[in-house]
Amino acid sequence: MAAASMMPIFSQNVSSKSDLVPDWTRQEVSTGTTIMAVEYDGGVVVGADSRTTTGAYIANRVTDKLTRIHDRIYCCRSGSAADTQAIAEVVSYQLGFHSIELDEPPLVETAAHLFRASCYRYREELMAGILVAGWDRRKGGQVYCVPIGGMLVRQPVSVGGSGSSYIYGYMDSNYKPGLSKDQCLDLTAKALALAMERDGSSGGVVRLATISEKGVERRVLLGDQLPKFSTH
Amino acid sequence: MEKHFTDSRVKGVSTGTTILAAVFDGGVVIGSDSRASIGGDYVSSKAINKLIQVHDRIFCCIAGSLADAQAVTKTAKFQLSFHSIQMENPPLVIAAASVLKELCYNNKDELQAGFITAGWDKKKGPQVYVVSLGGMLISQPVTIAGSGSTYIYGYVDAKYKVNMTREECLQFATNALALAMGRDNVSGGVVNLVVITEAGVEHIVIPGDKLPTFSDE
Repeated sequence: MAAASMMPIFSQNVSSKSDLVPDWTRQEVSTGTTIMAVEYDGGVVVGADSRTTTGAYIANRVTDKLTRIHDRIYCCRSGSAADTQAIAEVVSYQLGFHSIELDEPPLVETAAHLFRASCYRYREELMAGILVAGWDRRKGGQVYCVPIGGMLVRQPVSVGGSGSSYIYGYMDSNYKPGLSKDQCLDLTAKALALAMERDGSSGGVVRLATISEKGVERRVLLGDQLPKFSTH
Repeated sequence: MEKHFTDSRVKGVSTGTTILAAVFDGGVVIGSDSRASIGGDYVSSKAINKLIQVHDRIFCCIAGSLADAQAVTKTAKFQLSFHSIQMENPPLVIAAASVLKELCYNNKDELQAGFITAGWDKKKGPQVYVVSLGGMLISQPVTIAGSGSTYIYGYVDAKYKVNMTREECLQFATNALALAMGRDNVSGGVVNLVVITEAGVEHIVIPGDKLPTFSDE
């Protein structure tokens, strides 16, 4: 990841190993992150933190990792920021074209398969973990997980990114099938807040979106609005 | 992602593991899973005891290389009993934790083991100390360690409250260990719990089929 490079400073060639060149200039931009998506009867809730890092420097502290792919299909991005942005753009284009051909809103499953096709074909070059979530008329709210390597699996609830390890236990114990929309929003906000507290690569604000037949509702939870847990 | 104890640097048998300890109103609960594995591929023992009694009311639980942990706890147990005879009093929990810390810190290059020490003493009541890999020693009301602990940080942060009752704390510990064992492939087996209070020490074993299940199981 850290490629040795020479950076000219004041017409002297300074090796990138020296102290004059900051560490973060050598690191790839990564969305070390926490992302989550939950299905409910009638739609999905997606959420993400907002931190993008290059090494130890936070390049963007208000990132939007919830990317629109189509009117009622969003994806949550984790891994290399460049890779996931590029893939999302490609899939957006492919899906838009497909939807015009079909003369119908596209299926979430189609979007997920398009993500998987790109992630699997270029698996050696890419570092991208993506959650695809949305609503369509055929199957309602759906969440598909496309982790690094290019697997595709549908799950009622899924978490991803570096911060996700810390909230598996919380998610397993608090998710039940049949939650309402507000319960899903609450679960997602709390889980993301817990992960952001423990993972150095996740932080900032919590971005939430609800996708249903009616459309997309977006919300941001700022620092003082984040759920708090007893400090010990 | 956090490095597990299951990578190739670990020597031989490792307790890829989940251990925790929590203070409640009147005592501490210390608990662990019971799996020992070699490199994360083979379970060398399904039911080992990771809760070592180093004195009457002081237990410690081990994570990391099993050989290192056993050697360190054996030495610590000896030093502590000697110390207790010299002082003519049961040792303080912090004394036990410090003995482990000295061993870990002074031999940090050779050893690969971390400990949680929990117990009860007359001076400060129930306490929990954690000695990490490099030999840091800190006191916390609740602490988790081992490869499986990463998965339950969120759960522990959300669920632990100070001054719980004994039953609440036991349920909390059981749930936390069950959740970690459900996600970490090198933690598993049975749940071993020890409750330490002024009155004494109680062992509880929860076999796999009696563990709490969650909605996806």
